[in-house]
Amino acid sequence: MASAAITQDEKTNYLNADYGIKSWLLTTDHKRIALLYLISITMFFFLGGFFAMLIRLELLTPAGDLVTSDTYNKLFTMHGIVMVFLFLIPAVPTVLGNFLVPMMIGAKDLAFPKLNLASWYVYMLGGGWVLYAIITGGVDTGWTFYTPYSTTFSNTNVVAAAVGIFIAGFSSIFTGINFIVTIHRMRAPGLTWRRLPLFIWSNYATSVIMVLGTPVLAITLLLVAAERLFHLGIFNAQLGGDPLLFQHLFWFYSHPAVYIMILPGMGVISEVVTCFSRKRVFGYDFVALASICIAVLGFLVWAHHMFVAGISVYAAMVFSLLTFFVAIPSAVKVFNWIATMYQGSISFETPMLYAFGFIGLFTMGGMTGLFLGSLGIDVHVHDTYFVVAHFHYVMVGGMVMAYMCGLHFWWPKITGKMYPEGWAKLSALLTFVGFNLTFFPQFILGYMGMPRRYHAYPPEFQVLNVLSTAGASVLAVGYVLPMIYFVWSLRYGQDAGPNPWRAAGLEWMTSSPPPTSNFETTPVVTWEAYNYDEIDKQQEVPVAS
Amino acid sequence: MPASHTAEHASHDLRHHFADMEQQKETATLGMWLFLVTEVMFFGGMFCAYLLYRLDYYTAWVAGSERMNIYLGTTNTAVLICSSLTMVLAVHFAKLGNRKATAIFLILTIVLGLGFLGIKAVEYHEHWVNHEVPGPNFHFEAPKPGASLQYSPKNVEIFFSLYFAMTGLHAIHMIIGVGLLTWLLVRNARGDFSPYYNSPVEMTGLYWHFVDVVWIYLFPLLYLIRHK
Amino acid sequence: MSEHAQPTVKSFFGIWLALLVLTAITTAASFLELGPFNAIVALFIATCKASLVVLFFMEARHLPKITKVVIITALFFLGILLTLTMTDFMTRLLGR
Repeated sequence: MASAAITQDEKTNYLNADYGIKSWLLTTDHKRIALLYLISITMFFFLGGFFAMLIRLELLTPAGDLVTSDTYNKLFTMHGIVMVFLFLIPAVPTVLGNFLVPMMIGAKDLAFPKLNLASWYVYMLGGGWVLYAIITGGVDTGWTFYTPYSTTFSNTNVVAAAVGIFIAGFSSIFTGINFIVTIHRMRAPGLTWRRLPLFIWSNYATSVIMVLGTPVLAITLLLVAAERLFHLGIFNAQLGGDPLLFQHLFWFYSHPAVYIMILPGMGVISEVVTCFSRKRVFGYDFVALASICIAVLGFLVWAHHMFVAGISVYAAMVFSLLTFFVAIPSAVKVFNWIATMYQGSISFETPMLYAFGFIGLFTMGGMTGLFLGSLGIDVHVHDTYFVVAHFHYVMVGGMVMAYMCGLHFWWPKITGKMYPEGWAKLSALLTFVGFNLTFFPQFILGYMGMPRRYHAYPPEFQVLNVLSTAGASVLAVGYVLPMIYFVWSLRYGQDAGPNPWRAAGLEWMTSSPPPTSNFETTPVVTWEAYNYDEIDKQQEVPVAS
Repeated sequence: MPASHTAEHASHDLRHHFADMEQQKETATLGMWLFLVTEVMFFGGMFCAYLLYRLDYYTAWVAGSERMNIYLGTTNTAVLICSSLTMVLAVHFAKLGNRKATAIFLILTIVLGLGFLGIKAVEYHEHWVNHEVPGPNFHFEAPKPGASLQYSPKNVEIFFSLYFAMTGLHAIHMIIGVGLLTWLLVRNARGDFSPYYNSPVEMTGLYWHFVDVVWIYLFPLLYLIRHK
Repeated sequence: MSEHAQPTVKSFFGIWLALLVLTAITTAASFLELGPFNAIVALFIATCKASLVVLFFMEARHLPKITKVVIITALFFLGILLTLTMTDFMTRLLGR
């Protein structure tokens, strides 16, 4: 045992292959770039969380007493911009995807390693612009930059924020191109499309959306900036410009962007659920195809954000119907995860707890999305806290849960160390409880008619708002705790070994942390994905030789 | 000797994570086409705005389009088509390993590209002088009552806004293209390219042709609306 | 210079000539009074020119199947952007 541990220590891996700040900042190793992303994205997550805390504190009392209404406008705008563009969209693809996509397909790296590094620098540059916009006075348009407010009336740093998001968009585009090409061209011998892990399928679908959607957002924000800077008149209603044109172009990207956020999370859940149920995923083909269906259908529903904005009733009916269609592939996934668990030998390690949380919360988020997709109900609850609760159930309850789930699942692979299981279970529990306490009251608030984006509210809403703020505090503990024990585990955690979960997948067949080139020799795949019955059989049979 | 030469070339230009040169080349091509997809969507957003307003304000579109210099526009289209020809020839000779011919055609492409930008600058200047640049300086005569073409000058300002946004963004792409070509010229002089490794030339060629295709659509959509 | 009588070089010049002729035609056609057909002719010729560039200069004919799918996907989603946006604008005033 001791000798084995020593050889493990002496082995060079991607972390100790090279030292010094330069070896990190100029690296083209996808694993190191993933860690660069992990650090920067965590930073932005806590910045966005800080804004959320201020918002919840303001809403503790009915009077607008902590911040002025102008400051409050800036707070929710910057919370939205930072969380959506600098955390939710890049999080799973650039951290887990960057680390895992090449490993899961048995490649040495992504197809364009330099482009991958460039995408991190571009992301940091975009993030820097946004930070600059925040420090020099903030933005108050809402994260959606609706015209004509953003182009004509707002006196805040709209241009700086728009340029920041424009630049950060290129980082998405680079990642998307890199993943698509890598998945097409770099798969190990024998790794056919139908043997790919579902995480790969979902990242592939995500990349398709990134490549097709992001440029439309980029041009839209560029036009807004040009309108402010050079007096172009494209959205200007005084010249006869159509204010809804901006909303169409904006949501053409920003609705599919919801799927950019959630699809990679779904991929994580597919990996975790199969591993801790010790079963092949139920209906592999359907889950894989559902990812692609979501990517395509996600592009057909954007105008459901505009039902009360004055779009044509006929178009609204079409978009409402299409919105119902997109629920089908999402439901296929949920049902298949549950069918995978059915009669599996389920164990309750931390990643599985997060996965349970995801499935429940995502289902609630998705179902309330159908309420909002129905024309009549949408008119009633539009722009209320019902909407806020709905998308936080999908984004935070869904995507952030999945991200935490993935981090806990692959942390042993990324660092070679185990985190303390007890604390991790506690944090999973706190996150779940805190999340529901924060956002479930908001469904009720919204249904009762409390509008979003106001810093004061009538006193009869106070009880539910206090509950929500209390929940936010619990949620914050649930997010800070993993930060602490992850860092702790780097030094004091037990060695994980190559495959602590006895999981299927190529990434578990190399050492932890992996060597720089991922595999000693290029693997040849002769088995189907999630062959847990075979893996467990091998372990049960006593080793004869 | 030739065989070992080939192998040496291949091993030198092959990046570590690819199995062979063919995989590397196919990968680059697919990546470049995906990038062009993002460009299609990028310009697509503006085409969407164009389509909407053209349907809404067709007469203003005619009035604005009549202010375009159709002769300079046609000349510029021809210039860009010629530059596509020289580009394709540069790629062709780079693949043959003919450094001198590659250099000549790269230079010709740069010259034609700069020529296009020069003519575009002349047009922009004309618009500026005629108060057709959107903003405080914009001024457009309202049609006389009873004139055959009735439009609102405000709507014409939208036309010119889109005109400058679309052609301006196209011009920025041209400038980037000229920069890329210059970089290729340096690398070509350095002897980086060979029949085994010439992807940068080919990829820049794809980009250049794509920018040409965008102009092929911009030209009739902006210059050639002459009837109500 | 490499003096192989490359058929490809000749075909490049052929495409180039065709593009120039089509440019002349489209400009000339804009002077004719064709009603709604002016726009149709202009866009048809533009599409012909674009196809020539894509198929011959960009060698889209010889691309692997997947890259062709990529190109078609781009056009498909551009179509979605345009048509679904227009479903709103074109029907907004119906029934008022």
